[in-house]
Formats: sequence, structure tokens, C-alpha cells
Amino acid sequence: MTKNISVTLIVWRQANSSDKGKFETHQLTDISKDMSFLEMLDVLNEELTTKGADPVAFDHDCREGICGMCGTVVNGRAHGPNKGTTLCQLHMRTFNDGETIVVEPFRARPFTVLKDLAVDRSSLDEIIMAGGYISANTGGAADANAILVPQDAADEAFESAACIGCGACVAACPNASAMLFTAAKISHLALLPQGKPESAKRAASMVKKMDELGFGNCGNEAECEAECPKEISITNIARLNREFFKSKFLSDE
Amino acid sequence: MHLDSKTPSGPLHEKWDKARFDLKLVNPANKRKFDIIVVGTGLAGASASASLAELGYNVKTFCIQDSPRRAHSIAAQGGINASKNYSNDGDSVRRLFYDTIKGGDFRAREANVFRLAQVSGSIIDQCVAQGVPFARDYGGLLANRSFGGAQVSRTFYARGQTGQQLLIGAYSALMRQVSAGKVELLPRREMLDLVMVKGRARGIVTRNLVDGKIESHSAHAVVLCTGGYGNLFFLSTNAMASNVSASYKCFKKGAFFANPCFTQIHPTCIPVHGKYQSKLTLMSESLRNDGRVWVPKNPGDSRPPSQIPESERDYYLERRYPSFGNLVPRDVASRNAKDQCGLDKGVGETGFAVYLDFANAINRDGHAAIEKKYGNLFAMYDKITGDNPYENPMMIYPAVHYTMGGLWVDYNLMSTVDGLFVLGEANFSDHGANRLGASALMQGLADGYFIIPYTMGGYLAENSFDDVSAEQAEFSDAAKQAKEKIQKLLNVNGKRTVDDFHRELGNVMWENCGMSRKNSDLEKALGQISSLREEFWQNVKTPGTGAEFNQSLERAGRVADFMELGELMVKDALSRQESCGCHFNEDFQTDDNEALRNDKDFCFVSAWEYKGKDKEPELNKEPLVFENVELTQRSYK
Ligand SMILES: Cc1cc2nc3c(=O)[nH]c(=O)nc-3n(C[C@H](O)[C@H](O)[C@H](O)COP(=O)(O)OP(=O)(O)OC[C@H]3O[C@@H](n4cnc5c(N)ncnc54)[C@H](O)[C@@H]3O)c2cc1C
Ligand code: SF4
Ligand code: FES
Repeated sequence: MTKNISVTLIVWRQANSSDKGKFETHQLTDISKDMSFLEMLDVLNEELTTKGADPVAFDHDCREGICGMCGTVVNGRAHGPNKGTTLCQLHMRTFNDGETIVVEPFRARPFTVLKDLAVDRSSLDEIIMAGGYISANTGGAADANAILVPQDAADEAFESAACIGCGACVAACPNASAMLFTAAKISHLALLPQGKPESAKRAASMVKKMDELGFGNCGNEAECEAECPKEISITNIARLNREFFKSKFLSDE
Repeated sequence: MHLDSKTPSGPLHEKWDKARFDLKLVNPANKRKFDIIVVGTGLAGASASASLAELGYNVKTFCIQDSPRRAHSIAAQGGINASKNYSNDGDSVRRLFYDTIKGGDFRAREANVFRLAQVSGSIIDQCVAQGVPFARDYGGLLANRSFGGAQVSRTFYARGQTGQQLLIGAYSALMRQVSAGKVELLPRREMLDLVMVKGRARGIVTRNLVDGKIESHSAHAVVLCTGGYGNLFFLSTNAMASNVSASYKCFKKGAFFANPCFTQIHPTCIPVHGKYQSKLTLMSESLRNDGRVWVPKNPGDSRPPSQIPESERDYYLERRYPSFGNLVPRDVASRNAKDQCGLDKGVGETGFAVYLDFANAINRDGHAAIEKKYGNLFAMYDKITGDNPYENPMMIYPAVHYTMGGLWVDYNLMSTVDGLFVLGEANFSDHGANRLGASALMQGLADGYFIIPYTMGGYLAENSFDDVSAEQAEFSDAAKQAKEKIQKLLNVNGKRTVDDFHRELGNVMWENCGMSRKNSDLEKALGQISSLREEFWQNVKTPGTGAEFNQSLERAGRVADFMELGELMVKDALSRQESCGCHFNEDFQTDDNEALRNDKDFCFVSAWEYKGKDKEPELNKEPLVFENVELTQRSYK
């Protein structure tokens, strides 16, 4: 049933963050269509290693679409051509025999290339540090059922909380904005009663941090939503704007 | 050596209270004078880091990934147990305790397990307060489901992404403390060794995975939260970076390794496709609530499932275990799948798979109801296999999933090395010879949020500490050794890749020390592993240098340790001449092919002590005393 394919891989090589970098071309034959994209890169790396060449560095860990560690641009699209799919969940059956595939790192001003396809996305952690939490020390919590959360609010909060922090939204945005990522966190917490008390302050602080880190402004291009592997909705950005607007009133107090 | 578990005296339900009272307290003003290293940012490490920092300690937290949020815990799907009894269906602290002890086939310590059940409710409270979006009923109350062999509904869940949501909760608490300056975060760092000063754990040596720099860090205590070692088998459901190196280095420094052969094989994973396969994907066992497991009745029947009539299907779990049916514990479900395939009834291209069929459930509850429950899991299956589970039954096969074994710890979660605490999957802890579904998340968070904050205080308050700095000889010596080890790996410059060795090691272990074991196979494996290890050090090819981003080198270091641990696992399996839980030795089974325990001779924890290179490790035994439960033969009929 399965037929193996051959592909031409044009892949970005860069020794470290100060290196200029360049594309390199490799032919791969006998690639099973059941392989994941990362397994195809494994095959390439085994070949390179055996030949005495340097294997291609790329980040990955869970290989099941949940840790957010993987991610490159494939044929111009973050995480490749399939909707709602991380790179590790992309399979070679998506490609045709003989196809040329171009693989590049996520590029954005606040993301530095560390080596080949691996980039530094710690700026996303810094945005979370600026307020992406509920201030609840261990030990002081009331009984879990003391807080009622309507099912639809819990479901909606879950949808926003599903963000895996991969940074594809930033890489896809012409302005390198981190609005979708930031909005997903702000929405997740603002939708829950537990998160409401801090929500306006949180929005102000996270947005400020995002600007400081050099992420661009949101131009409503919606490229982020199209490339997000967890299909985080752009309506989160509207909610962020509402919370941000509220914070303007607060700061006048 | 006599192993003192430091279990408090008194009735079971008062032990933890007594312990907390007996543990000395650190004066609040003094807490900031103590530095604590936490290695790992999964549920155990993130919750421990956040909670210790909230108390006022200075915490340094390390992880391999680029962000703490990506630890392997993120991948847990099914749920987390707690004895809240919100479902009013007969649950209690004692029942969760009993189920866990029995599920572990009576090879865990009573007092620890009882404490775990006692604090389980507070975990859910804490997570809700942090904003974890658990599933809810229409009225807004928390929803529960029954999971993995439990007859009560005590599992809390967030669709199929419970681990992700719990970890994001713990991660956000951690990042709040990073922002407050109480935690210094060092991602993309790998711990290469433990540093001991005057017999106590006082720091670690790490490698910066971006530039290769070897760094030393000192502290008053070290908390290891580095997860399990299932990746020893090459193929497992664990994340690619999961490893044993941190634990193994501590083993070599004097921490005993307990029950290394206790490995859980999860019954519902997507079967292996081909040689290039890099990992296996778990299909949450919550699927067994509605899916029915079957194989064709007739060996060699290769018709597609839709053409096999009901009368020619064997729903073997329902047939053999009428009261538990498809919900038998993991080890029982896994072994049965293996047996069926051994009878030439396996399905799919390789014959190493069984069906998990939702046709009945879809007919009964409708497509929409099943989609609401399992939509993301079905989509994941479809993505990986290219097959639609709403139309065709899923194909599943067991895979290595979790390691109950780990570093030995006492009741305070301290190892046999003073000042080295071990939390989460990395310790041997609470699950005995088999872990129940939804109990690992519970244990990781119990350890991190509710146990270490007390027991760490006790350790720091009871001891006096010399000033130690990362510049002194113990640190520079450890750093030097770490560098030499790296250079040694790079210098081999042989012909076979690291993955190639790893795959072969995994295969030897899967065949001989996996789902079922035989003395003769185990003996054979010992020889195979030692010659493979010898070849590894003569013929491995690790490209690049140590002073750069070098993922092959990272893997080579981890595989080198797996090569040694593999041998210890086999020795452990050989020394335990009984079957219990996941450790199924074919020579010891009941007439119904169930694990046959030998409580007279083997009711103990095996705690292995490192004796030096090329010396036999020594087996120490911690006897297990059961005062509150009766040791019964597990029966799921
Ligand atoms: C697919 C899957 C599904 C699961 N589903 C469930 C479930 O539904 N319910 C349940 O209860 N359990 C489940 N489990 C088990 C559970 O997820 C794990 O046992 C648990 O999350 C382990 O948590 P941990 O904090 O101990 O370690 P991990 O989450 O594995 O974290 C280990 C940490 O240590 C770091 N680390 C490791 N080595 C080093 C080193 N040398 N130097 C520096 N850092 C290091 C890593 O970077 C990481 O941060 C599942 C497991 C898998 C594989
Ligand atoms: S919003 Fe989507 S694309 Fe952006 S980080 Fe989150 S999951 Fe990735
Ligand atoms: S490797 Fe974890 S999301 Fe792709």
C-alpha cells in the first residue's frame, strides 16, 4: 500500500548565531510516506553522520504535537502546509514523489538562530513572566468546587489555553508580532473567575513587555491564525484589546 | 547497609501529620540564606521550584529544553486522580490508597502511598486556583471520569491534554517566581554530574547545550526531578530528551537505584511502522472506557476488520475478565495483547497489533458524543496513521511508557545521599510494581507542591552547613571529569551512529526484559548488553565538537548511561525470582497466567548500590511491612 518517495531537500545551515548561514541541498530517496517530517530529517542526519558531515540541528522533543519545541518553515509556511498541524505531526504522505522541499528556521527579530533550524524563543517565556499567571501561592487554595465555572467558559478558556508556545504565529506574522500568543494567555486567564481580578493589569504588563522585546504590532493580517498548529482563534486578540483598554482606565486611578 | 525509610510511627492516617510536626522549621528570615538546585521542570520540578521559592528559598532551576514548559509532563493525556469523592460513588482517601497499593501488586511503601492519597485533593484545589481549565459539568462543577482500572470516577481531566494544562499551571507559578527574582532559570542545560562535599550533595555540573560550556553550581541541597528512563528501550512514548543520565550519575555517587526493572508497558499505543520509527505515540487509555479490544478468532485471519463477522471476533479481555473487561490494569491488558499476537491473531501489516473498536459506542451514544470525548485523540490517530477511527477500528499495541523504578528515597524523599532529594518519576516511590493510570501526575505534583516544601525545611533546619563555592576543588574536579568523558566520546570516531547503537540496545531490552521475562533470556541479554557496550566505546561516531550546539553528543552521553543501566535492569529482573505487577517472569505464574508473587521471599524494595567500575553492584533490601492491607492475589475476573 505504502509507496516510498524521493525528495530534494533545501535546508538552511548556520553554524551559530553569528554565522551568516546558507542553503544546502540534499537528495533523499526511499522515504516512506508513513514517516513524520522529523523522521525524514533523522534519516538525513544518519546519512550525514555516517558520511562524516555535520548533521542538521533542529529542536524537537515530544514528537506528538504538544510540547511546542519543534517548528521550522517548510516551503514558506510555519510548520508546513497542513492546517492545525505541528511539524512533528506532519507526515511525508503530504508530499509528492520528486518534490523539492525548502526548510528554514522561524525568522523574527526577537528569535535568534542558534544553529541551523534551532532558534531561541525565550522571549516568549519573558512575556509569560510579565504576568501570564494567577498569583496563587501553594497552600492557600479553597476547595476546587468552591469556584463554579460555567461549562462554556471553561471550554472557551481551554481553547485559549491550548497554545503550545511554539512561536509559529510570530514567524508567520509580517510584523513579527506575538499578539496571538499573548492574547491566548490573557484570554485563558480572563475567561476564568480565578483570573479576573488581575486581568486588566496582566494585559497591560504583558503587552508592554512584548513591545520592549521588539515584537511588532498586530496589523490584523491573520497569518498567525492560519499557521497556528493549535488553531488558536484571532478573536483572542479582540479580548486582549478589551482587557488592555480596561487597564488604561485603571492606570488613571 | 541498613536502609532507614524514616517512616513515622503511629497509625497510618496520622503519620504525615506527625512527620510535619516533627520536622524542624527554618526561621522565615533565614530561608533566603539557603540555595536550592532543582533539576527538571516537569510537574515535579516546576511545582517544587515554585513552592520552595514562594517560601523564600533561593532556587536555581535547570532543564534540557529551551523552555521549562516543554518538559515531558506536557504530553500526559488522560488525567489526574484525587480522592475528592465529588462523584459520591464510594471513593475515599483509604480507597485511593488501597487501589494504588493493590495496583502496584504490594511492592510499594504503605505510608508513602497513604500520604499521596491524603494530599491528592489539595492538588486539585491548587491547580484550579492557578487557572487549570479542567472539564466541568453543566452546573459548573468539576467533572470526573473513571480511568485505567478504577471502579470509581476520581479522575480529573482537561480533554486529552491534562498534562499540558497542569504543567502550564506549574510553569506559570514558576515563571511568577522567576519574575520575582526568587528562581534563577537555566534552560538548555544538561546536568552531567552531582557534586559532593564532605559526604553531602552540594551542587551540580552542567553543560550549556548552546555553546557547550561546562558550568558548576553550588547549593545547600539538590532536588532531582529528571523524570523516567523509558527511553532506554529506544522506542517508547517518552519525549525524545527523556533520559537517565542525571539519576545514573547520582547512582554512581552513592544514591541507591531501586527496582530498576519495574517498567510499565502501556497497552494502547500506535503500533510500530518501520525501522525509521523514532518514538511511539500513546493513545490515552481513557479510550478503553468506550473502545472494545478484539482480535479475529481464527489465527492468520487477514480479512479487513469490516469483513470479520461478530461471531468470528474474540473480545478477549471481556471474555477473560468479565467484571473489569476492557478496563483491566495496564500490565494485564498489555500481556494479553502480546499473547494474542503470539497466537498469530495479531492484525495490521506487521501482525503486532490488536483492534480497539468504537463502533458500538458510536452506535450507542452517537458520533457527536464520541467526538466530544475523544475528538483530539481520534484526530491525532488519523494524523499519524492516515486512517479514520470513526470508520475503522483503531490498531494498537503495547509500548514502554513509564518507569516505576528510580532512585531510592526515604519518607522525606531524600536519597541515600545526604541532601539529594528525588521527586516525580525519577524516584522509585509510590507505584510499586505497576502504576495505575492518572497517578503519575498526582505523584509529581504531590511531591513538588506538598511534600518537599516541608521535608526540605526539616533537612536544612536540622543540619549545619559549611560555606561552599562552585570554585572549590570538588567542583573543578567534577567539571574536569565531565569534560574528559565528553572528549572520550568524541575521540572514538568509529563507524556506527549513536541512534544505531541505541536502537540495538532497545531491541535487546524489549525482547528480553520487556513485557514478559524468562531467566534464560535475561542471562542471554546480560552478555549482549555488555558486548554492545564494549562495541559502543570502540565504534560510536559522534560528529562535531564539545564546544558547540551538538545534539549527537547529547544523545551519545545519554546512550552511554543507558548501556550501563540496561545491565542493572536485567540484574534486577534476574534477582527477583517471582512475578509481580509489570515484572512478569514466565516461570512464576498462576494457572490463569497471572503474575505469581512470592511474598515470603520477595516482599522488599531492591535498592542497588554502585560499587565502582567493573564491580558487581550490591543489592540492599528494604523490607516492606504491610500493617493496614492484606496481601491478596490480584484478580480482575
Ligand atoms: C504520552 C504519555 C502520557 C501520559 N499520561 C499520563 C496521564 O494521563 N496521567 C498520569 O498520571 N501520568 C501520565 N503519564 C506519566 C507522566 O506524564 C509522567 O510520569 C510525569 O509527567 C513525569 O513528570 P516528572 O516531573 O517526574 O518528569 P518530566 O516531566 O519527565 O520532566 C523531566 C525534566 O527533567 C529535565 N531533565 C532530565 N534530565 C536532565 C538533565 N540531565 N539535566 C537537566 N535537566 C534534565 C527535563 O528537561 C525535564 O524538564 C504519561 C506519560 C506519557 C509518556
Ligand atoms: S498561538 Fe499558536 S502559533 Fe502562536 S505560539 Fe501558541 S500555538 Fe504556537
Ligand atoms: S516535538 Fe513537541 S510539538 Fe513537535
